[in-house]
Amino acid sequence: MEKIFKNLSLISASLVLVLLVSIFISLFNSAKPAIDEFGLGFITESAWEKDVPIENSVSHLADDAKKIKQEPATFEDDILAAYNDEDDTLTKTIYGGLIPIVGTLLSTLIAMVFALPIAMGIAVFLAEIAPKQISNVVGIAIELLAAIPSIIFGMWGLFYFAPIIQSVVGGYQVSLLTAGLVLGVMILPFMAAITRDSMRTTPDVLKESAYALGATKFEVIKDVIFPYSKKGIIGSVILALGRALGETMAVAFLIGSVFLMPHKLSDPTVSIPVAMANNFGEATGLTLSSLFYLAFLLFIISFLVISIAKFYFLRKAD
Amino acid sequence: MRLTLNKIVLLLSTISALIGLAFLGWILITLIAKGLSSFHISLFFKDLIDGGLRNLIIGQFIIAGIASLIGIPIGMLAGIYLQEYGRGKFVRLIRDLSDIMMSAPSIVIGAFVYAVVVAPTGGTSGFAGSIALAIMMIPIVINTTDNMLSLVPIELREAGMALGASKYRVILDVIIKAAKVGIMTGLLLSFARIIGETAPLLFTSETSNYFSLDLTEAYPSLTVSIYNLANDPTSASRDLAWAASFILTILVLLINLVGRYITRHKG
Amino acid sequence: MPIMSIEDFSFTYASAPARSLNNINLPIMKNSITALIGPSGCGKSTLLRSLNRIHDLYPGNDYEGRLMLLNAQTQEMENILDIKRENEFIALRQRVGMIFQKPTPFPMSIFDNVAYGLRIAGIKNKTELADRVEAALKGSALFGEVSDRMNKSAMGLSGGQQQRLCIARAVALKPELLLFDEPTSALDPISTAAIEELIVELKKDVSIAIVTHNMQQASRISDYTAFMYLGDLIEYDETEKIFLNPKEKKTEDYITGRFG
Repeated sequence: MEKIFKNLSLISASLVLVLLVSIFISLFNSAKPAIDEFGLGFITESAWEKDVPIENSVSHLADDAKKIKQEPATFEDDILAAYNDEDDTLTKTIYGGLIPIVGTLLSTLIAMVFALPIAMGIAVFLAEIAPKQISNVVGIAIELLAAIPSIIFGMWGLFYFAPIIQSVVGGYQVSLLTAGLVLGVMILPFMAAITRDSMRTTPDVLKESAYALGATKFEVIKDVIFPYSKKGIIGSVILALGRALGETMAVAFLIGSVFLMPHKLSDPTVSIPVAMANNFGEATGLTLSSLFYLAFLLFIISFLVISIAKFYFLRKAD
Repeated sequence: MRLTLNKIVLLLSTISALIGLAFLGWILITLIAKGLSSFHISLFFKDLIDGGLRNLIIGQFIIAGIASLIGIPIGMLAGIYLQEYGRGKFVRLIRDLSDIMMSAPSIVIGAFVYAVVVAPTGGTSGFAGSIALAIMMIPIVINTTDNMLSLVPIELREAGMALGASKYRVILDVIIKAAKVGIMTGLLLSFARIIGETAPLLFTSETSNYFSLDLTEAYPSLTVSIYNLANDPTSASRDLAWAASFILTILVLLINLVGRYITRHKG
Repeated sequence: MPIMSIEDFSFTYASAPARSLNNINLPIMKNSITALIGPSGCGKSTLLRSLNRIHDLYPGNDYEGRLMLLNAQTQEMENILDIKRENEFIALRQRVGMIFQKPTPFPMSIFDNVAYGLRIAGIKNKTELADRVEAALKGSALFGEVSDRMNKSAMGLSGGQQQRLCIARAVALKPELLLFDEPTSALDPISTAAIEELIVELKKDVSIAIVTHNMQQASRISDYTAFMYLGDLIEYDETEKIFLNPKEKKTEDYITGRFG
């Protein structure tokens, strides 16, 4: 019995390793046709599901040259260009990941720029400014905000937040900007809560020694708490970044889900998770495999980002 | 000058906290206002095909429930291994990988399950959805079990062993019991976490308009249907989406609050 | 002549149902060392931490009585319990420095640690900073050991060195009164001896109050000793008299090791 139990627990623990390796392998395998077809050029190719003439090596260059000459000015032009693309010559369809990659990175960047200063402010308020009772109550509220399913953020963002942003900055309701901001609202409580936890690791006596030298609260925060918990804070921020990179539902309602390179913040575009969410169901063949290629890239990126956060910045001293 | 700067920074932090709370208030008020105005008790008794939510709520619970039946034993056993049996590099590796998996993008988990379950079995199914959620749940349960067991004093283990009990009996009868409250809370929170998930279900369980107990085909999911309904241009669908979101959020927040209550009053 | 006079002083913690300090009357003499001794929970640390009002970092504590501090300019005694404004607190803490049980180097270089109090007090001039840091480190018998690594992190120093660095950091502000809260309880005997020697050296320039539960330490270095028990001041006198000829039975029991 003892042996069975021990072995079961060992198998369960090993399952984590098996799962991660399987995720890696199966994503890679499913992406293989697209990887074979497009190689690493996939990452820098902006066309998605675009028909090009078979003898692509020459015409592709010509195509590119044409594109440079008449760069579409707005996204309406892009749509027209996309519709005018069909003709009868022998073609093959090419897929490139550049637009969703750029969309993912930019929406995450906007989210971080928006959320970072506010999250730091909240963390400082909770850890250092608020009286204990208020800090507890606000802390719980912030943690509950972090527990709300991300689809709720998306819906609220689409119907209530985006119209306000649109009325302020113009452009479209669904855009890189609104998607990024709603993503920022979504990661805000998570970032604030874990940053607060990092700040709280600063020993009281260290803060007291700074106060005992005549420091103000701001000086204690800036000169003692931030330097002391620097690693933890950076780790928390990177972890929030990892979460933003892989977020689907908060973004799906808002980014527009169109494969168009955004020219300005108020243009719609697409991110990797959203491209998957909205196209996976009907996709077959090379489309599906290209989506898996995107999933594979996202998996690698978040794996790296999370590893850096957890193992460089957040590793507890053993 | 120093004092002014101090005041400004403290004020800015306080304002940030108010902004954070304002967003929470805004989202909750929107949810309550839109949710309540679209809510009707009959939603619990009709299926989506008749304009209700019954099949979706039950479906979501069944998917998440089966995910828990898979994820909790595996996660707890793995956590027990990390804390009680394993040692050295392997434990460290599993702990690290589990930590990473906990933050992996949920849509990628969905894609993985699509590749290994949905595609080979020829279509979306409730089981596929449960498997996707179980994969999301396992690292959370491992983390909780691992942390809570590490708080049990070593003396308790020694006392159990000194009575001549075998190790697994000591683990099950003494150690798990000692860490019960913490583990229970962790399990509740991990359930709250997966029941609100949408992305991993989109192309694994998909959703269905009908009540179903057949887990081998596309299965009703509250969250996936919210996504579909909210994207529907008719206002009736959107209202239904709000009512569903309201129910979902209340549910998730309730489970969270119960978890907190348990830790505070029984821990 | 006292630099501080504690008069009818009582203190209650926000979280506690009863007073932690009961009607204390005690002088802290100028340019001498006053030791506060007594068993754990007697209130000696609570009293010490009242003298720079570090308690005020946490809300809800209650003071009664007076804590009179000598103003060096006017030679008058002023009640520090009257302080309410942030700038007055800052000024008080610059005049009354504090050293804690465990060394508390800030996560910055050795030089920056010692310069910290000076910088926030508004001293920007590089030469003046360097001079005062050097003087403070020399005054704390640390300069020789660290002069070649002033820009290295203070975290790399040994425990004893870190504690002397904290003393230097406090001394750099040229305080009038220095409060030591069991400054050697986390240190080995050799580091302890060095710190004790340093404290005795310091009393030429600054008045000192020290909390210790090491009676030998109190008898070795202090000029006056106050014995406290359960929030009351039992006996205060010259150290020699307290240790050789205590008036109170409780004091005698404690210093002879019958309880504590």
